[in-house]
Amino acid sequence: MRPGEETGMIRTSRRTLLRTGAAFAGVSALGFPAIVRAQAEKIRIGHLTPLTGFLGVIGSYAQLGARLAAEEINQSGGILGKQIDLLSEDSINPATAATKAQRMLEQDGAVVLLGEISSASALTIMQVAERNKKVFFSTGARSDALRGKNCNKYSFHCDIPNTVMVNAVGTALSQKGMVKGKKFFTLTADYIFGHDLLKAAKAFFGAHDANLIGDELIATDVTDFSPYLLKVRQAKPDVVCCNLAGNQVTNLVKQYAEFGFPYPLVGFNLNTGDAWAAGAGNLSGTWPTVWYHTLNNPTSQAFVAAFTKKHAKPPENHAWIDYITLKLLAEAINTTKSTDSNELIAYFDKQTQFDIGKARKAYFRSWDHQLVQEAYPFTVKPKDQMKDQWDMLVLGDVVPAANDPLESIYPTREQNPCEMKA
Amino acid sequence: MQLEFLLEQVVNGLVLGGYYLLIALGLSLIFSVGGIVNLAHGAFYALGAYVCVELTTRLGFGASVAISPFAVALLGILFERFILRRFYTADPILSLLVTFGLAMVAEQAIRMIWGAAPVSTEIPQSFRGSVIVGDFLFSRYRLLVLLGIWLLLQKTSFGRVVRAGIQRPDMVAALGIRLQPYMTAIVMLGVGMAALGGAFFAPITTVHPAMGAEIMTVAFVVVVIGGLGSFWGVVIAALLVGVVRGIAIHFEPAAGEASIYILMFLVLLVRPRGLLGERIEKFE
Repeated sequence: MRPGEETGMIRTSRRTLLRTGAAFAGVSALGFPAIVRAQAEKIRIGHLTPLTGFLGVIGSYAQLGARLAAEEINQSGGILGKQIDLLSEDSINPATAATKAQRMLEQDGAVVLLGEISSASALTIMQVAERNKKVFFSTGARSDALRGKNCNKYSFHCDIPNTVMVNAVGTALSQKGMVKGKKFFTLTADYIFGHDLLKAAKAFFGAHDANLIGDELIATDVTDFSPYLLKVRQAKPDVVCCNLAGNQVTNLVKQYAEFGFPYPLVGFNLNTGDAWAAGAGNLSGTWPTVWYHTLNNPTSQAFVAAFTKKHAKPPENHAWIDYITLKLLAEAINTTKSTDSNELIAYFDKQTQFDIGKARKAYFRSWDHQLVQEAYPFTVKPKDQMKDQWDMLVLGDVVPAANDPLESIYPTREQNPCEMKA
Repeated sequence: MQLEFLLEQVVNGLVLGGYYLLIALGLSLIFSVGGIVNLAHGAFYALGAYVCVELTTRLGFGASVAISPFAVALLGILFERFILRRFYTADPILSLLVTFGLAMVAEQAIRMIWGAAPVSTEIPQSFRGSVIVGDFLFSRYRLLVLLGIWLLLQKTSFGRVVRAGIQRPDMVAALGIRLQPYMTAIVMLGVGMAALGGAFFAPITTVHPAMGAEIMTVAFVVVVIGGLGSFWGVVIAALLVGVVRGIAIHFEPAAGEASIYILMFLVLLVRPRGLLGERIEKFE
């Protein structure tokens, strides 16, 4: 006899099942017309971001940021006198992201779309936006190709692109004498974002007399890096460079600290959520960021205070970027008094300036729709100087420097193959 | 030189296989004795990691690694008494469904308690760094963990129960031990091992709510290759998976993750019950 034989199976009575089903059906029939009526008076905005998978952690911050912005806008009277109805969902993967984007525009009545971190998913949403002639703000995707050869009139790019991240870190490394004549080994995420970042890194190494002696393309589901670390050791580089994204950066940083290699680890991409997850004692080196919660700016600090009050932890850079994107969108709709995508595009194409919580105001460059803004390299604070577990990073000098034009760190028209169809 | 690098990958793969073993053995144990494919096994692995991180701030790393498997094993008692016990003789599809559902509930519960953002912990300084033996390089931490796992399975009565439980469940039952309390102990052992795996992995991987689902795929591959109901099958499969992955990454990095599934495919083509698997009536 198997253990537990006498207990038998659980049986759900058919009557209970039918009763529950009928109750659900009844509630649905009574509730829906009221819900639909209420929603007709709202402005619907579709928000897609990865909530699962290797980008899920930073995606959940993005969702919190967008929701906070929607709440604040609604509390201050909404946009054009209407409340925002933010439809926020997990984008899951590029194919599902496109399906959901299409559904949000076609069936749910979203007037614009925003969100995303994965460059691969952002690319498919961009195609949906163009097909439907609706604006899409790609808030967290960093691949140069999205605002380059894949650019389109309806897509706007809020995060800094790969080239800027490479320039921000590369400049800081050059100042420390860690680039010229040095041997680099890169570990690169094997999808559009990583390929693109490697391309930008190669261009930087080429222009600054550095040698790329090895690169490993790494599938996005890899969690154990030990075989790759052995290959790093075999190559004996001067500097190891991480071109990964999301949880993979955290895993690599932890395992790199575990193996205790003498070669410094730096990276061209890191989100603060991944830095916090790696832990203070594991992270070292120089990395780029688009924003950090200690940035001394009144707009940023007001956002940090509101977010921290609500969630008992400071916001991560993806929370900030989704927050400011919804805020600047609301500002644009209020100013143009329209939710029409073409009118919004015309407004942004005037290179209207927005306060995004940094020293200099930002604007969408009219010819590639890139939000031109400051970026920062950072290093890691010694553990004994941290005020709390979130206070891990020391921001380096802003790039570009205060007296250089903002666009000087972005790809130029000659470098960027973006050609928008009218 | 090339051969030396390849050997280094093989040895590293064996070490990694030791890790997979800890998770896969518990899965195989609960299956062998209770006939249940426990899809919630990964949730106990995740809980082990979270409890370890939580305790580390108060008790230090060593004590936390030792305590967290016991804490999670206590949860295993509730899991067995109130859930698993009802499904030992039922259609296997029901236990699959209920443990699948439980895995999702556990993941969301972790999200509610600890939040969606990962929590972090570190290896103590003295365990960090590499050990170089001859031409081979090892992570000191992983070697210590592997030694711990070996001692646990080979030198303790705990290990003997695990080995006997997987290999000869009917014989253990025939010795006159009452089945239900015995099953409770088996589930405690199984989930305790998963939690120990979680505690060991916590400092070298991202501790996040979905980490249980991540490890389950590899654990299943190992159990399927090894064959259900075979202790040595699971041991060989865990080591084989680690080694094959290492070799694949050495020669063709892009095929690294796919290689273990190709291995599973090939093994199942030749031996549908896995390397050393036995015929299990319930599933045939």
